[in-house]
Amino acid sequence: MLKDITFGQYFPGNSFLHKLDPRVKILSVILLIVWIFMANHILSYALLLVTCFAMIFMAKLPFKTVFRSIKGIILILLITALINLFMTKGQGSPLLDYGPFTIYEEGIWRAVKMFLRITILLVMTSVVLTYTTSPIALTDGIERLLSPLAVMHVPVHDFAMMMSIALRFIPTLIEETDKIMSAQKARGADFTSGGIVKRVKALLPVLIPLFISAFRRAEELATAMECRCYRGGTGRTRMKILKLHISDGVFLGALILLGVGVILVNAYAGAIVGF
Amino acid sequence: MSNIPFIQIENLNFSYEDESRKLAVLKNLSLTIEKGSFVAILGHNGSGKSTLAKLLNLMLLPDSGRILIDGVDITDENLDEDSLYEIRRRIGMVFQNPDNQLVATVVEEDIAFGPENLGVEPKEIRRRVDAAMEMLGISEYADHSPAKLSGGQKQRVAIAGVIAMMPECIVFDEATAMLDPKGRSEVMDAITMLNREKGITVIHITHNMEEAVLADRVVVIHDGQIVKDGTPRQVFSNVEELVSRELDVPQVTKLFHLLRQRGISVAKDVLTEEEAVKALLDLHPKK
Amino acid sequence: MSNESVIKTEALTYVYGEGTPFYRVALHDVSLSIKQGSVTGVIGHTGSGKSTLVQHFNKLLRPNSGKIYVSGKDIWEKSEENGKICFKVGLVFQYPEYQLFEESVEADIAYGPKNMGLSDSEIALRVRKSMKLVGLSEQYLGQSPFELSGGQKRRVAIAGIMAMEPDVLVLDEPAAGLDPRGRSEIFGGILRYREETGKTVVIVSHSMEDMASYCDEVIVMNRGEVYLSGGTRDVFSHAKELSEVHLDVPQITSLMGKLADIGYDVPRNVLTVEEAADILTKILGGGKAC
Repeated sequence: MLKDITFGQYFPGNSFLHKLDPRVKILSVILLIVWIFMANHILSYALLLVTCFAMIFMAKLPFKTVFRSIKGIILILLITALINLFMTKGQGSPLLDYGPFTIYEEGIWRAVKMFLRITILLVMTSVVLTYTTSPIALTDGIERLLSPLAVMHVPVHDFAMMMSIALRFIPTLIEETDKIMSAQKARGADFTSGGIVKRVKALLPVLIPLFISAFRRAEELATAMECRCYRGGTGRTRMKILKLHISDGVFLGALILLGVGVILVNAYAGAIVGF
Repeated sequence: MSNIPFIQIENLNFSYEDESRKLAVLKNLSLTIEKGSFVAILGHNGSGKSTLAKLLNLMLLPDSGRILIDGVDITDENLDEDSLYEIRRRIGMVFQNPDNQLVATVVEEDIAFGPENLGVEPKEIRRRVDAAMEMLGISEYADHSPAKLSGGQKQRVAIAGVIAMMPECIVFDEATAMLDPKGRSEVMDAITMLNREKGITVIHITHNMEEAVLADRVVVIHDGQIVKDGTPRQVFSNVEELVSRELDVPQVTKLFHLLRQRGISVAKDVLTEEEAVKALLDLHPKK
Repeated sequence: MSNESVIKTEALTYVYGEGTPFYRVALHDVSLSIKQGSVTGVIGHTGSGKSTLVQHFNKLLRPNSGKIYVSGKDIWEKSEENGKICFKVGLVFQYPEYQLFEESVEADIAYGPKNMGLSDSEIALRVRKSMKLVGLSEQYLGQSPFELSGGQKRRVAIAGIMAMEPDVLVLDEPAAGLDPRGRSEIFGGILRYREETGKTVVIVSHSMEDMASYCDEVIVMNRGEVYLSGGTRDVFSHAKELSEVHLDVPQITSLMGKLADIGYDVPRNVLTVEEAADILTKILGGGKAC
C-alpha cells in the first residue's frame, strides 16, 4: 500500500553520485532542468536519454527500482501525452481525422517530446538528488547554498531543520496512516464506496487521529530536542563539513558540456537530419 | 558508586494548573542521588515520577524547593542560559517513545545532533559519534534510517545520542515501556553497562520490577511523595505495601510472601530464582 | 469452552513485498484452530508473524495461499453471509487509543455499531454495556476521550470493538506500555467479555506472565510458523523448547521447573504464584512435620 512508494526515497550507497557534494547536485539539477527545456531536437533528447541511463548506471541503482518510481505517475504522463497528441493543430494535413480526434505530425512530435521531457526530468532529479543523497545532506546543501540569505535575516537554518524533520517523519506518518486505516476498517469503516462527500467523511476517523498523533509527536520531539541542547542555528557546528572535490568539478564540467551539446544539436542537427 | 551527592532535591513542590483546578504533582519531595549510583524510580502512572525527571534538567520549573546539581542550584532564577544548557548536557534524557526522539534521517547524523548543538569541533564530533555507536553496539547501522530499526535498536540510538554529549547522569523516563522483551533486555544491558563500566549515574524510571531489581537503590513514589527508599532487597521485602501502591513485585518474592503468610518461615527478601532455589533447599534439603 | 473451532486456518502463507528488496515471508504454512469460547493466546517475538496472523482473521490481509474459516465458512469465498467479517471478528490493534477521534466517549464507542447499521436504541444499549465491561462508569459518556488518562483511553478503544459484540474478540498487545494497575484493568475487562457473552477471545502478546494467568490455550509463533500449541499448561511445561526460541516461561514456572530438576516432587507446568504456594506449602509443611 502506501508503504510501497519509493519515489523520493534514499538508497544508501557508495557510488560516484552518492559521494558528490549536495550543493553541486542541487546546482546540477537546476542545470539539467534548463537543458531539458532547451532541448528541441530528437537528437538532443537522445543525448539526454543516454545521459540519464549513464547516471543510473553511475549511481549503481537497479533499473527496476528507478522505473518503478515512474509507474506511479505513468497515468499522468500518458494523459499529458494524449492531450498533446490530439490538441496540437499542425500546418499540414492531419494524419488521422476521426470526429473530434485529429492527429497532426506536430502532435505526435509534441506528445513524444512532453513524455520524454517529464520522464527524463523525473528520473534525473530522483537519481541525482533523492536516491543518492541522504535527506540530511540534501537539506544541508540547501541550507548552505542559501546561507548568504541569512545575512538578510531569512531564517535559513530553521527552514532547513523543518525540512529535515519533515523528511524524517514521512515514513513514520505513512506507517501510522496505514495502521489507523486498518484499525478503522476493523470497526467497519468503508473508504472505497459512495460519492465524494461520503468518502471524504469516511476519512475523518483517519485524519483526526493522525493529526492528534502528529501534534503529540511534535511536542515530544521538541522536548527531546531541547533536552539535547538544541537552540536554533546559533553556535551550532556540523559533524560533516562539506568540501568540494575534483570529482564535483568534473561532474559539473560534464554537465556544462552536455548543455553545449544540446545547444549545438539544436542549432545544427536540424540542417543535417532535417527533422 | 561513591558517597558524593550529585543531585540534591530539597523540599520540591510542583503542581500543574489548568483553568479550573490546581493539581499538586510533587509534594515536598526531597531526594539525594550519589555520583555513579543506579537508582530505579517506581510508581504507577500519575505518581509524579515523570514530572520529577523533567524538573531535573529544567524542562519544568518547581513551584518551590531547590535542586542542586553538583552543588549548583539550578532552580536559581538568575541562572544564565549557558548554565542551563550545561545542565542539560550533564543530565541526559531518554524518553519512552523511540520514534519521537530521533531527529535525523540517518543514525550517525542523529547521534551527532547533540554535540553539534553544543558547538563541538567536527573532528571531535566524529570521534564521539563513533565511540558512542561502538559502545552501544550499533556501528553497523551507522548509515541506516532509524525508521527501519527495531524498537530496541532505536532506543540504543537515542542513548548513543545522549552519550555523545558526554553526560554524567542519564535519566531514562520509562525508556523500556514500549519495547518487546528482546528490546527491553538490549536496553537494560546498555543501561547497566553505562553505569557499571562508564560510571554514569543512572536514574531509571519504570514500572517493571525485574528491571528495578538491577538497580542499587529503589525509590517508590506515590502521590507525589517518596514512600519507600532502599536497596531492591529492602524495598521488595514489603510485598503488602507495594501491592497497596498498585505496584508489582517479582513473582518469587510474591511466592515467598505467600509462604510466609501460611506460616512457613522463609526469608523476606528473595529476589531471584537462584536465591529462591537456595532458600528452599536450605529449608527442605533433598537427599 | 467447547471443542468446536471458531477460527481455523489451513496452510496459510503470507509474503510481504513480493518482487522488492523488502521481500519477506511473514507466515509460512500456518494451520491452526481456535476453540469456541476459549481465551487463546498467541505468543512470539516481534517479527514472528503473530500480528500478521491475526490481521488475516478479519480479512485485513489476504493470504497468498491457504484458507481461513470463521465459524466454518471460508471468509474469502464470495457470499452474502460473511460480507462484514470485521463485525464477527473484532480486532483491537496495538495502542488502540490512537484511533479515537470522536468528540465524546459515547460517540466513539458507537462508531463500530453505527457502521453495522444498528438502531439508535440498540447502539445506546451496547455502548453502555461495553463501558460496563471495561469498567468505565456512565459519567464518562459525554466526556471527550482525549481528556482521559492513558489507561482509560485504551479501555474506551477496546469498548468500541466490544460494542460490535464480535464472536471473536482479537486484541494485539492490549496492555502494552501500561502500569500494573492499568494492565489488570484491561485484562479484567477482556475476561468479563468472555464470561458475560461466552464468546471467544484471542490475545496476542509477548508477556508470558499474562498468557499464563489469562489464557486457556496458547499458540507459540516463531519465524512465521506455529512452533507449539495446545493447552496453556501443556505449552508452558515445555520450558526448554520455549527457551530455544528465546521465549522465557514465567519466573514462577521456571522456578518450579528448577526445583523439579533437583529432585523436588513438583509439577513443571505451574502457571501462577498462588498455585506454586499451594504446592510448596504441602511439601514444606510436610517437611516440617517430620
